[in-house]
Amino acid sequence: MTHAAELSLCQTATDVREGRTSSEALVRECLQRIEAHAPLNAFLHVDRELALETARSVDLRHKNGEPLGPLAGVPIAIKDAICTKDAPTTCASQILRSNSGARRGWLAPFDATVIERLRQADAVLVGKTNMDEFAMGSSTENSAFGPAKNPWDTTRAPGGSSGGSAIAVAASMAPASLGSDTGGSIRQPASLCGVVGVKPSYGRVSRYGLVAFASSLDQIGPFTRDVRGSARVLEVIAGHDPRDPTSLSAPVGNYESACDRGVRGLKIGVPREYFGTGLEPQVKRAVSAAIDDLERAGASVRDIEMPHTRYGVATYYVIATAEASSNLARFDGVRFGLRVEEPGSDLATMYGSTRDAGFGAEVKRRILLGTYVLSSGYYDAYYAKAQKVRTLIRRDFERAFDEVDIIATPTSPTVAFRLGERVDDPLAMYLGDIYQLPASLAGICGVSLPCRLVDPDDQLPVGLQLLAPALHEETLFAAAAAHEAAAGPFPLAPMVS
Amino acid sequence: MLHIAQLARLKLDPREVEALQKDLDKIVGYVAELETLDTTDVPPTTLMASGGASRPDAHVPGLTPEQALDQAPRSLQGGFAVPAFVDEA
Repeated sequence: MTHAAELSLCQTATDVREGRTSSEALVRECLQRIEAHAPLNAFLHVDRELALETARSVDLRHKNGEPLGPLAGVPIAIKDAICTKDAPTTCASQILRSNSGARRGWLAPFDATVIERLRQADAVLVGKTNMDEFAMGSSTENSAFGPAKNPWDTTRAPGGSSGGSAIAVAASMAPASLGSDTGGSIRQPASLCGVVGVKPSYGRVSRYGLVAFASSLDQIGPFTRDVRGSARVLEVIAGHDPRDPTSLSAPVGNYESACDRGVRGLKIGVPREYFGTGLEPQVKRAVSAAIDDLERAGASVRDIEMPHTRYGVATYYVIATAEASSNLARFDGVRFGLRVEEPGSDLATMYGSTRDAGFGAEVKRRILLGTYVLSSGYYDAYYAKAQKVRTLIRRDFERAFDEVDIIATPTSPTVAFRLGERVDDPLAMYLGDIYQLPASLAGICGVSLPCRLVDPDDQLPVGLQLLAPALHEETLFAAAAAHEAAAGPFPLAPMVS
Repeated sequence: MLHIAQLARLKLDPREVEALQKDLDKIVGYVAELETLDTTDVPPTTLMASGGASRPDAHVPGLTPEQALDQAPRSLQGGFAVPAFVDEA
């Protein structure tokens, strides 16, 4: 029997609406999977009873003949950087645990806008997922609650920072999840775990209730097993929100119907800068074959140039850390979370001791780097310079999109790497983000979709990254769905199937 | 390093300082490649697209004092309690 959570999200919602299954049955299956795969460490918080109670209330409304929303009864997992009023939020950090130690996270007095919208669409929240602390990392190893593991090979990292959300979908613990993408934190774990992950355009989805990391970059987006599922979730969560002044008032597109458009007539650009040194040959072959699939499906493919690609890592790690050093100043032991206070110590000492005890090594590294690049005497050389290079990177995309509709690249230069392999070398970890960062800096939209399995011994997924101009999500979904139709359904990880 | 840590309100353990210094030297060295780019006449990107729609100037309820103080590590007389911060020396 096909496991319900392995069906497409849209089919699952239809089955609930048409009475072929119940939300409670779906949630029970997901909870069983979450329990069975607990060693993957994908979840930081699961409230069984609350999830089942919510599911039963959806089922009751269906029984009473009330119409259900587009995510009727569908279980969804949430990255633990997104505020939920009925479950603690930790950001995978010790600094948000309650001072008494009784609770491991902060209990937000409100739901994030995306959570409100999921609830209105009749989704059922099943739990909060593991991540790199404050979304700083690319492997989900920087979690105060232990690393998460890749379901394709548990000795490897799932990617990050939204690793838990990618695993939840890859291991069929939920048909969909939400993550956040600041510099690839949805696309890269989607690639390494063999699922679909969408980074919407900057401003497309409200960040109200997303704990801020780098405010000129952060964006919330979905993970699902198929493209159409992500299109449906994005249609639910996207749109203007008066509580987030960066959210755009442009109307939300018809992403799901765009999945049927095909790619005939679309121009796809392939930037040579994304296929050079550092790209694993097996990843290169897989992505090139996927681009051939798109050409066979009717797209025209041409080479393009994006000369400032190589500066993306340096630019990002100046801008993102500068913004983080400011955003994370709020974690000071005064209003919530941990406080470390010696009798008789002054306020500054309390701040310093609390932040030293509460933050992990990577968060400290980034706060220090961000403080340094903003400090007097270094601001112009680093921060102001990076803002100018950001303009050059944006112009690369503007010029490219004058010629083509979609840009196709690998999502990550490598397949999933071994746990521990990069933790002692932060710069090596940062360089793995090279193909995701330019799109983040430019504020455009992108998707990673699984395209091939490589490495015959390990059977690891490779992700194809497709990028489109800001607010052109419909084009993105058209191209992604066309690839999926050409390549066929992507297999499940062996431990799951 | 200690000056930057002080600006960032991080009281680092002496054992952490050496490792962090080494990591930061390496990262700052890498980031310095930006210097090689000519950015004369390139305007900085200071603002990403903004919503363009202002919020109506209407009163909306915020947190109650009880909600705001509910998870404070220490509160006193309806406010957040903190250690002394006026240097009287």
